Amino acid sequence: MVFGWFPPSPSAEVAAAPPSMAAPPDPQFVLRGTQSAVHALHFWGGAQEQGHQLLLSGSLSGLVHIWSLQTRRAIATLDGHGGQCVIWLQTLPQGQQLLSQGRDLKLCLWDLAEGRNAVVDSVGLESVGFCRGSILARGQQRWMLAVPGGGSDEIQILEMPSKTSVCTLKPEADAKPGMPMCLELWQTDSSPRPCLLAGYEDGSVALWDVSERKVCSRIACHTEPVMGLDFDSQKARGVSGSAEKALAVWSLDEQQALQVRGKHELTNPGISDVKIRPDRKILATAGWDHRVRVFHWRTMKPLAVLAFHSAVVHCVAFAADGLLAAGSRDHRISIWSLYPRS
Amino acid sequence: MDPVPSSVRLTVREAVHTLSSSEDGGCIFSTLGSLKRYLGGTENPALPGEQEEFARVHFSAVLRCLVSKLNPDWLGLLPNGQLEELWASFFLEGPADQAFLVLMEALEDTPGPSFRLMKMARLLARFLKAGRMAAVMEGQCRQQAELAFPLLQEALLIKVVGLPDRLGNCLQHENLAEFFPQNYFPLLGEEAVRVLQAVVDSLRGGLDCSVSFVSQVVGKACVYGRQKEILGVLVPRLTALTQGSCLWQRVCWRLVECVPDRAMEAVLTGLVETAPGPQVLARLLGNLVLKSKKARFVMTQKLLFLQYRYTTPVLQSLLGYLAMDSQRRPLLALKELMETWGSSSAIRHAPLAQQCYVSKAVLICLAHLGDAELQDSRDELLASLMAGVKCRLDSSLPAVRRLGMVVAEVASARIHPEGPPLKFQYEEDELSCEMLALATPQPAADSPSEAGPPVAPVAAEAPDKQTVEGGVPQVRPQGSDSELDSDDEFVPYDMSGDQELKSGKVPMYVRDCVEALTTSEDWERWEAALRALEGLVVRSPAATREVSVELAQVLLHLEEKTSVAGFEGLRQRALVAVTITDPARVAEYLTSQFYAINYSLRQRMDILDVLALAAQELSRPGRFRRTSQCGSPGPTCPPSCTVAPTWRAVVDERIRRKTRRFSKGSSRQGPAGSPNEFNSVAGYFFFPLIQGFDRPLVTFDLLGDDQLVLGRLAHTLGALMYLAVNTTVAVSMGKALLEFVWALRFHGDTYVRRGLLSAVSSVLLSVPAERLLEDLPDELLEARSWLADVAEKDPDEDCRMLAVKALLLLEKLKDKLLPLSPP
Repeated sequence: MVFGWFPPSPSAEVAAAPPSMAAPPDPQFVLRGTQSAVHALHFWGGAQEQGHQLLLSGSLSGLVHIWSLQTRRAIATLDGHGGQCVIWLQTLPQGQQLLSQGRDLKLCLWDLAEGRNAVVDSVGLESVGFCRGSILARGQQRWMLAVPGGGSDEIQILEMPSKTSVCTLKPEADAKPGMPMCLELWQTDSSPRPCLLAGYEDGSVALWDVSERKVCSRIACHTEPVMGLDFDSQKARGVSGSAEKALAVWSLDEQQALQVRGKHELTNPGISDVKIRPDRKILATAGWDHRVRVFHWRTMKPLAVLAFHSAVVHCVAFAADGLLAAGSRDHRISIWSLYPRS
Repeated sequence: MDPVPSSVRLTVREAVHTLSSSEDGGCIFSTLGSLKRYLGGTENPALPGEQEEFARVHFSAVLRCLVSKLNPDWLGLLPNGQLEELWASFFLEGPADQAFLVLMEALEDTPGPSFRLMKMARLLARFLKAGRMAAVMEGQCRQQAELAFPLLQEALLIKVVGLPDRLGNCLQHENLAEFFPQNYFPLLGEEAVRVLQAVVDSLRGGLDCSVSFVSQVVGKACVYGRQKEILGVLVPRLTALTQGSCLWQRVCWRLVECVPDRAMEAVLTGLVETAPGPQVLARLLGNLVLKSKKARFVMTQKLLFLQYRYTTPVLQSLLGYLAMDSQRRPLLALKELMETWGSSSAIRHAPLAQQCYVSKAVLICLAHLGDAELQDSRDELLASLMAGVKCRLDSSLPAVRRLGMVVAEVASARIHPEGPPLKFQYEEDELSCEMLALATPQPAADSPSEAGPPVAPVAAEAPDKQTVEGGVPQVRPQGSDSELDSDDEFVPYDMSGDQELKSGKVPMYVRDCVEALTTSEDWERWEAALRALEGLVVRSPAATREVSVELAQVLLHLEEKTSVAGFEGLRQRALVAVTITDPARVAEYLTSQFYAINYSLRQRMDILDVLALAAQELSRPGRFRRTSQCGSPGPTCPPSCTVAPTWRAVVDERIRRKTRRFSKGSSRQGPAGSPNEFNSVAGYFFFPLIQGFDRPLVTFDLLGDDQLVLGRLAHTLGALMYLAVNTTVAVSMGKALLEFVWALRFHGDTYVRRGLLSAVSSVLLSVPAERLLEDLPDELLEARSWLADVAEKDPDEDCRMLAVKALLLLEKLKDKLLPLSPP
């Protein structure tokens, strides 16, 4: 296992940037040692008594690594998906539990308290796609989970931890949006009704009212499948990336109707993940062109193009303190500190 | 003998006697007073008959006598300069021509700095200031032609125009500012206008007058090269006066007509240059070109075909003048201009500036002529045009080619409007823009200078600005939320490295590249191979040497099948890299291919370029250090390596701080000496190239049509020679190159000659001086005489310059050798 980051050999090429612009930043450090492509990343506050942050990564080989950001080493490896790719990682707010979604049609619930790493429960899935799940946990014991369902265009809503199926969200017969590609459960403070945003294979984003089981609004944002989306519930504005060469920004009005606010052209096609920083100042995209792009969330002004990886970047994640992590097919996880929160 | 000697004669004789003998101030004063009566203007003037007689017969004698008496004592006979005043008044108030002649005569006869000379010079200055020169000229104008005395007029003319020179000679360092030519000729111009005014007045009064003396004065002044001074005053005044006055116009026409033939050219060129536009020129000249043969020759031949120093506005007003009147229009010699433009010998022998001049004239003519007029001589025009275009496109000088393209585009559109428009691809530069602007007809404003400053556009712009400023608040982006987070903390990083990603099919080995370039139908892979090739070749020289010739062959025949950005550069750099890696074999291959059949000119020139670049790289001192430092240049390097310099600086700084050095002084190493790598392979580059130039192939004839390649070959050989400095083969290379130059020295193409001249220079620079003198003395002598000839006579400016440079090198060579010769 290697840690730290060594610059590449010097070269005759000198930055031809105008003096007013800073040269593109370098990663703060790089985590190596997953030995396979990184497909999922998640920052975890970790055990409170230890007081430092951990980074969880899921790899193509089915392993989940737990990295200490202090020592920059993996402190544990979880193997629960039988060698199948881990595509989603999510910790629960209460207890020290981790959800991992693998392509072995299993969603595992891990207990990480006090250094334990055992699967305490698992949910069987019916979809072999790459659609990541989403949870809605509001501090109660019970939480809601959305995962792709059995039918190719279905989404399943489960009540956890009882694993009871609440409902199945199936688009109307004539809609034909294709498979769901990404999911985002959310709930406004004012309303008790949970909502679900889903990006579909045909490039559309739909807003589901979960309790009514109906689509409130659906818009065509992209011409290619939606690969990732994130939603800022305070501003009622979301962003989605797809296989095409543009990012779409859309918003939700009072009548629960989605509207496309703008499209932002990119240099190269293909976005595999989009994340808005928790303070809602900037957002980062993981690009198929090996680059992580950073935008100003309010104005969508491009801020930086982080060219470090040498293969497709699969996922990005923000920590609560603003640290950015990007995982790539080149087996590396780069950690960046950009525009630190004041 | 006249029986009754007139009272005038007696009075004058007596007065002269008194003046010459008397020492009494009062007596002299009264005598002068009595003479002054004959000049009129006093209280009791003499009878007109007496005045006239005095002026005609006695005035000069009196003046001469007065001049002879001039000395300080004499003037001091009466106090307060009364006598001087009276003395001067004779010159200033008497008949001007005689006074002027006597003054000039006396000035020239009086020896060098003296009281009398200065007094008279000041008097002449007063004379000029008082406007008496107009009186001199007016007197000549008023004389009836038969009464005029040609010898006197001639003498007067010479003195009037030659005044600055004569006074400069007389007064030397004491010369007065009034007599400087830059002050005198404008004054003469003013006076001429006054004379013309007087002439016009008297014509209005029904009196006959002649302007021929003024014409002669103006003509002579112009012949003396004072067009700018005298016409600079005359033309604006006449421009204003002739506007709306037929009489003035006729006087003006007459003025130009009366200019003697030998001065006609000087006056006309001056007028054409000074007149602010064709309308003014037409007012000043009238139909002069129809009346005077000389004027016609100057305007339609000399200014168009023989001279080319005039600016475009001059050309425009000249051709505009010819085109304005239906009688003059046939003189607009488009056909002749086109013939000159199309003549291949003119293209070869005329300097570029003249070709530009003729081209501009053609374009201006085209703008002036109507379609019907063009149709009449359409076939001849087209023939000349095509001939000219062909010759120009064949030229190896880009400027000449561009000239051909611009004129061809414009002219073909006018001459042959129904055909498809001719369109060339050329880079716009200042000249081509100017020429294209000429092709559009000028608006019929009276003249640009009279139209006044262009006020309108400025005024129109101002409200524009205001509306823009007013619009700003509306344009301000409305924030989607009222959050007051400033963007200041989010300063974007440099994103220039964000380019389109090429697919990752980059070959890793040289052999893979060769395969991809020859067989691949996958264009992304093909392009990636091309981009990666140079870096791979540099990194793996051993692997490259195994396939070097094959690789060179592939690259030489590579065609741009898809539009790859920078294809030519990539291919060239790769070829250069291969040549450097395995110089002997690749150079041998490339030089053999240069004279092989079935190559395009482009490929042959590529070969030359590659050889020159590779030689340059090989001969560069210290190139090993550089290549070891930068593994892969440019495109394959990830952008993040741009941090390297700072990283390096940090490490160096750390080492410097932790290291104790015992010796002070510069720690920097000088560049390490290393042998010139080009030494061992220069022959492979040079000799095969120089050997075959005189053997024409079916498809490639260096001495025939393919002179562009020949020029490039000469330049390349010169470059190789220059790069072979300090090598052992330099002497034999120099010998061969001088022979090559000798064989081609009278080549008709400018580009080839330039190449030859630079080749000579590089021989002089590269071959050691002693060896030059020992081994090549005859060649040097021959080259020297040829260079001297070129430096003087070559029509191309660059050629002359290069020849002079080579001659200077020869001189330096001589200086270097001379100290050796004496023991």
